[in-house]
Amino acid sequence: MKILVVGGGTGGTIVANNLSRRLAREIRAGKVVITMLSASERHMYQPGLLYVAFGQMSPDELYRDQASLLEPSIAFHVDPVTNFDLDQNRVRTQSGSTHEYDILVIATGSRIVPEEIPGLAEGAEHFFTEEGALRLHKRLMQFEGGTVALTVSIPHKCPVAPVEAMFMLHDFFKARGIRDKVRLRYHYPVNHVHATANVARWAKPEFDEAGIEYETLFNVKEIDPARKVIHSEEGTEVSYDLLIAIPPHRGMEVIEQNKLGDGGWIPTDRYKLTMDGHDNVYVIGDATNVPVSKTGSAAHYEAELVAENVASFIKTGAPGREYDGRVYCFIEAGFDRATYNSFDYVNLPELKRPTKSVHWFKVAYNQMYWTTVRGVL
Amino acid sequence: MSESKLVDARNSFCPGPLMELIAHMKRASVGDTLELLSTDQGSVEDVPAWIHKVGHEMVSTEKVGGVWHIKVRKAK
Repeated sequence: MKILVVGGGTGGTIVANNLSRRLAREIRAGKVVITMLSASERHMYQPGLLYVAFGQMSPDELYRDQASLLEPSIAFHVDPVTNFDLDQNRVRTQSGSTHEYDILVIATGSRIVPEEIPGLAEGAEHFFTEEGALRLHKRLMQFEGGTVALTVSIPHKCPVAPVEAMFMLHDFFKARGIRDKVRLRYHYPVNHVHATANVARWAKPEFDEAGIEYETLFNVKEIDPARKVIHSEEGTEVSYDLLIAIPPHRGMEVIEQNKLGDGGWIPTDRYKLTMDGHDNVYVIGDATNVPVSKTGSAAHYEAELVAENVASFIKTGAPGREYDGRVYCFIEAGFDRATYNSFDYVNLPELKRPTKSVHWFKVAYNQMYWTTVRGVL
Repeated sequence: MSESKLVDARNSFCPGPLMELIAHMKRASVGDTLELLSTDQGSVEDVPAWIHKVGHEMVSTEKVGGVWHIKVRKAK
């Protein structure tokens, strides 16, 4: 039995390590082989980028060598897939190698595409790459007053990041002693300050208290970097001195090039996490079109489920359970308070009042993440 | 030629049905009809609020077996 994992991010790493442990006996007996193909020899803890933007983490804290995170029984190759031949159960890679499989797990993630909105790449900062987060930090440190605007484009990963960024901006400028010189403006696509009703109900009064202004039903159409103006699809325009964008996202290019899914999002059964029409192909994390958050947390829970089901299938001939849509996300409410958002397909998130202890747990989790992907936590 | 597309956002709390609809609307062509499936009562107000503000068209809204079927047309 050949299991092939394509992608070495949160989902791919957890699924490979989890399978390696569950199938240790079969691997030792030579009955199962697990191979991972990744585009990078390094693994990035992506949620740390928000902290880099505010000077609270250093970029080198965000990386580990991917090989060091994997169980020794996993054959790891830095050799990205270029062609998926799903009818023949094989993939081809950049180096020209061919890998056959019995079970394929696609965990290729997503990417930002600021170029989809005219002027966004030139006119806005963001915190979705190391380079972007460092540049934003520099701009924030140099900022002496004026309007900081944040816009949100769809689709995007980590739906609570825009809210977290606003609270952190508030505390950042307070700490620099210039909050009274900074106007913070938040622009959001739907008619509430967050798409999840209970998050919106919690965040709105918190925004009011912090003096954060907001405009809802605001979808970015284009940016005029020369005039520093944002135009919305809804026909309004807003001026800024510093623009921070949550850029639109797409699935990875290889998914689109192989026509596996519109926009790079692979049609996936929301309960089994199998690709539509391909029962031996699982899809996890950002790469799916499942209607849950594109977050490491969703990828984590999905990866555990797929590992359990693949191992169960190999051992008993049947999968064990279905994905229930579970997601758990911390929400930073500034530099020293946080809450969390936990929900599934049936149960709405119910937000608690932010506390220092949840914030410090999040800070600890920023380090504990490495035990999570190794499968220890 | 205009197409009809289904956006299945049942049991989606985050990012939620309207976010799913907007994402699909971006990728649709003018004249396409999108049918949003939602189990969120809030969609009945949230979807028309956005559709009217941005200038697309509401086609129909009905509840079938506990699921809202909200049809909209991309107008621009």
